[in-house]
Amino acid sequence: MIDAIKNFYENHNANVHRAVHTLSLEATEMHENAREEIARFVNAKDAAEIVFVRGTTEAINLVAYSWGLRNLKKGDEVLVSLMEHHSNIVPWEILSKINGFSVKYAKVNTDGTLNYEDFESKFSRKTKIACLSQVSNVSGVINDVKRIAKVAHEHGALMLVDGAQSVPHMTVDVKDLDVDFLAFSGHKMLGPTGIGVLYGKKELLEKMEPFQGGGEMIKEVSFSQEKEQCDITWNDPPWKFEAGTPNISGGIALMEAVKYLERIGMAEVLKHEKLLTEYAVKRMQECSKVTLHGPSDLSSKCGIIPFSVEGLSSHDVALFFDNYGIMIRSGFHCAQPLHQVFKLQSSARASFYIYNTREEIDRFVEVLKEIEQL
Amino acid sequence: MSTVEDYVARIEGTCGEEKGVIVTFKYDKKDEVVAKILKRAQLKNSLSGIIFELAFRSISFRLFSSGKAIFKGVQSKEALHDILAALLL
Repeated sequence: MIDAIKNFYENHNANVHRAVHTLSLEATEMHENAREEIARFVNAKDAAEIVFVRGTTEAINLVAYSWGLRNLKKGDEVLVSLMEHHSNIVPWEILSKINGFSVKYAKVNTDGTLNYEDFESKFSRKTKIACLSQVSNVSGVINDVKRIAKVAHEHGALMLVDGAQSVPHMTVDVKDLDVDFLAFSGHKMLGPTGIGVLYGKKELLEKMEPFQGGGEMIKEVSFSQEKEQCDITWNDPPWKFEAGTPNISGGIALMEAVKYLERIGMAEVLKHEKLLTEYAVKRMQECSKVTLHGPSDLSSKCGIIPFSVEGLSSHDVALFFDNYGIMIRSGFHCAQPLHQVFKLQSSARASFYIYNTREEIDRFVEVLKEIEQL
Repeated sequence: MSTVEDYVARIEGTCGEEKGVIVTFKYDKKDEVVAKILKRAQLKNSLSGIIFELAFRSISFRLFSSGKAIFKGVQSKEALHDILAALLL
């Protein structure tokens, strides 16, 4: 991945879709190859369904503003769950203040699993879009987004999936899931920061208005002497949503990360994480002052373990681990409503990926046992 | 003459209801900072020379040998600055 960035800047650095010179043509070919590779990775039917963005947050904001701003009105409802990352709540709340629609929240059970009955019961003719994370960034709970997408479509609603925590860890097939939008980030899947993807069904992207204005997203800007204004024709998707110079090296590096993950196999990635999670949970249960949050049924979750240590704030716990070179997250993890469900002020979060080992978990538990003594 | 800014790299609020402030000291000053604070604040507890539970002017805080400290219950940025000045200067 790092070599790909270096190679781009050393040998092919130019803007894409702009010029006829050699470097620009090379950069364009690499940029569009990356799009095709990523389309294959999530099984999109067309590379035009892959829009490069800065990350999951920007992808969701793109849908909110390009689709929501023009399609959501007073009386309409957007359905989200209480386990969402703030990125899948706040854009809808901001837009609701502008357009006057309502944001409805589906319940989460006390163990962090989705309350499917509540989610499904909240669909009505008013529901225009349902937004759900495929994997919770706090609890690691895997949601059956295919089931929710089916119900959404039966009610004439669209389905947006926050795939920030699922695409890096498991096979995600947009055709099989039949979701309308899928958002994910490069930096959570061995790629660089500042690059992410919005997948959108082509027919939806074609109907949507642009997100931002500038170069690349237009076919023509023609000044009319008669009207004294510019007539503008939008470019086709995905470029219609990629105003300005894109993160070219980021997309190319993400492609390399995707190829690397594909060589391992996404089923193997998930299997490895599940084994580590089972082992870590078992070892962490040796600690009497440690409370694990989330479901006890580990088959429905990924490699994320939220926990608390009696008498200590999550930040104390994280800073203690930091002394040993073990980096864990502390706080709300940008998901305050879910912490309210858990009745927690905050939590510490251990998470695993393909590079983690059982030996690292042993070391983690060793330090955790020291923390218990504080 | 030294200032608090000579020692502090960053101050960030923690998220969560146990609202506090994390002070990250400059890496090249961290040993000096830890020594000064341990001399001036009241040590309540310590573990393995890694974490120190301290009190100073009715404020409780934890100091980590990695050069970070978590302060809780400090009312304002100005109050925190005064405490840091008293501890470090």
